[in-house]
Amino acid sequence: MKRKGPAILVNLLLIVGALLTAFPLVWMVSVSFMPTGAASTYPPPLLPADPTLENYRQLFANHNAGRYMLNSAIVASLATAISLVLNTMAGYAFAKLRFKGRERIFQTLLGALVIPAQVTMIPLFALVKQMGLISTYGGVIVPSLASVFGIFLIRQYALSLPDELLEAARIDGASEAKIFRSLVVPLLQPILVTLAILTFLATWNDFMWPLIVLTDQKLHTLPVALAGLSREHVQDNELMMAGAVITVLPVLGLFLALQRYYIAGILAGSVKG
Amino acid sequence: MKRSMAAWWFVGPALIVLVVFFFVPVVGALLMSLTDFDLYALSDWRNLRFIGFHNYVTLLQDPLFWKSLWNTLYFVVLGVPLSIATSLGAALLVNSRLGRFRSFFRTVYFAPVVTTLVAVAVVWRYIFHTRYGFLNYGLSGLGIDPIDWMGDPHWAMPAIVVLAVWKNFGYNMIILLAALQNIPEDLYEAARIDGASGWQVFRHITIPGISPVLLLVSILTMTGYFQLFAEPYVMTEGGPLQSTLSVLYFMYEEGFKWWSLGRASAVAFLLFVLMFLVTALQLRLGRQRGDR
Repeated sequence: MKRKGPAILVNLLLIVGALLTAFPLVWMVSVSFMPTGAASTYPPPLLPADPTLENYRQLFANHNAGRYMLNSAIVASLATAISLVLNTMAGYAFAKLRFKGRERIFQTLLGALVIPAQVTMIPLFALVKQMGLISTYGGVIVPSLASVFGIFLIRQYALSLPDELLEAARIDGASEAKIFRSLVVPLLQPILVTLAILTFLATWNDFMWPLIVLTDQKLHTLPVALAGLSREHVQDNELMMAGAVITVLPVLGLFLALQRYYIAGILAGSVKG
Repeated sequence: MKRSMAAWWFVGPALIVLVVFFFVPVVGALLMSLTDFDLYALSDWRNLRFIGFHNYVTLLQDPLFWKSLWNTLYFVVLGVPLSIATSLGAALLVNSRLGRFRSFFRTVYFAPVVTTLVAVAVVWRYIFHTRYGFLNYGLSGLGIDPIDWMGDPHWAMPAIVVLAVWKNFGYNMIILLAALQNIPEDLYEAARIDGASGWQVFRHITIPGISPVLLLVSILTMTGYFQLFAEPYVMTEGGPLQSTLSVLYFMYEEGFKWWSLGRASAVAFLLFVLMFLVTALQLRLGRQRGDR
């Protein structure tokens, strides 16, 4: 009986917080279905009076949205696939294989986490230019091909693999490559999903490096294209909201589907401090 | 013998990538900042000249650089505490036994974290619209006159802080939530038996219980906020009157608008040094408080 007041308060705050948090995203979706000009009225309409798909049609027909979406998908998939392989191999080796300087190299890598990626951006641009990779998919994914965080995440998980199992496979005459492929990778599966979704979302959402390196508009990813479009079409709110929807929806959907893995990754990453 | 050879095959590819595309560029940034690297040097490295600390000297005399530095510090000083407070509030709410559908609310609060920054910046620019935006409409209900969020130098940065807090609070909320759940239940039980008030419990059990994590998230948030770029790029283009020009935005313009890549490298390095110093200071203060 006594507890009723606080319970109402907590639930009320939870609801108000959720409304405030969700509102921008819900309104984005709602306005994207309004005909041109409908959102530039006062008071601002909450729901479309006559819903239309016109903004989406325009995005794909006149503004090349299909191409940008494909670019984003290619860049994010390539970066995810390659970095997953490289990080998993390295993370496993740091956890379970013995080689000279293992601890020292690993400590050096962890130390590098304090250096923000932006410090490397300008020399990286000069380097990518030398390699002839400006305005190519290769140029965009180059900095995400391997990551210290990814190696760390895999290593922490791989530490718990039982040594006896790996030893037994070795005694049976399995090669290191075979052990990795048929024993280690299946056991690492949950953390692989985590790393894959973290990498995919990070590269899909990335902005500054693609903006710098993709000088050819045809290769723009969705965030770069949307930033450019929003500068040209400041007044077309409905069109911009549709652009925001197609940029956000794929990653939001992916997150909702694999939420558990994503959150596990954040928690594992935050223990490093 | 054979095994350590195999190990190098496993770590080799990732290490090569990290050395070539991370460690070499870090050293490269330092070296480039000591040169007059520009468009001519980019096409032919023989045009490159070593100019010592000239870039640093001219930067420290450039009022626009200082402006970008103050703007960034303003964003950090305003944004980090607000973010952490919002994250903590949300974590406490979601953690409360009294709440219902807590995992649903946790998901809603977390959703902005995974959204694309550029896209939600476009959305928020519209919410902040002086005439048609929802924020001014809501404020008019409270009798507040419309504010020119994106056009008034006093309001543009606070508006960006609002976006940043909304976008990021879910991340720290998850980390703080895990910390809250690690506080032993018997501590709360004992406090209840002793008749401690809600505030006393919060002040003497909850806060000490999560303080190492609180330090961690404030450092992570702060280093993230020092890297402000996309929000002003999309929402204000650094304006009005350069009131939202951040250090990274300044670096971007020096480097890729004016092609003064040597100077831009110096900007990047100064930002890194500043972030490093502030992190070290925070760690030190955090440790001292922990010792007491």
